[in-house]
Amino acid sequence: MELLSLLFFLGLGYIVGTIAEKRHYRSIETRERQYLSLPAVTIKNIDHQGAKIESVALVQGSAVISVDYFKRMLAGLRNIFGGRVKSYETLLDRARREATLRMKKQALFSDIVLNMRVETSAIGKSANRKKSIGSIEALVYGTAITYRK
Amino acid sequence: MILTNIESVPGKNIMEHFGLVSGSTVRAKHLGRDLMASLKNLVGGELKGYTELLQESRDEATNRMIDQARHLGANAVINVRFATSSVAQGASELYVYGTAVRVE
Repeated sequence: MELLSLLFFLGLGYIVGTIAEKRHYRSIETRERQYLSLPAVTIKNIDHQGAKIESVALVQGSAVISVDYFKRMLAGLRNIFGGRVKSYETLLDRARREATLRMKKQALFSDIVLNMRVETSAIGKSANRKKSIGSIEALVYGTAITYRK
Repeated sequence: MILTNIESVPGKNIMEHFGLVSGSTVRAKHLGRDLMASLKNLVGGELKGYTELLQESRDEATNRMIDQARHLGANAVINVRFATSSVAQGASELYVYGTAVRVE
């Protein structure tokens, strides 16, 4: 019975998790194309080329993403042999890109985002458990500059 | 109040420095959200409750920092940084700090 429920959770995690991840990636990619005209850079000082600055504001975006049961199991197995843990790579990648998009959404009417910083932290119950990451938060922030048109 | 995370406010001159201002808040999530999150942990994906909670807390910490800066007579905070640390199980601290200045 226990094995059965374990298998059920694994299957559920795998199927729902994979579908959700694919859908998330598709939405990330379409939105990334939308925001192509708004660059976010990590440099602090740029040449404004004589443009007058209308406004300056701090913008931020964050996302908390968790892995599914199946992937967590997989990562646990990976711990035995070592090597690349792909399931966590996509987790972090999704969280960071989503957070970046949310920041850009806040800066929609600006021309450029300077000094973009990315910060990641493990949160939730599993933050103290050493082996599993569980869920992570990505925070992206920067200074949005709007030029006078 | 103007906030930036670079060393200046582009397009403006810094007239006066007031030193460090900071704001922090420690938040724990309530049981309902926790329960939902642990269910969501099975299938993965975004934990919206947590995202909102952290965002609210961060806004509160930022507001505290802004209050402090206003109290000093500043009209901008430059070089703002965010830090997150988990204090105990289920609780995390959001800390925001920066330098209060007066710009013209």
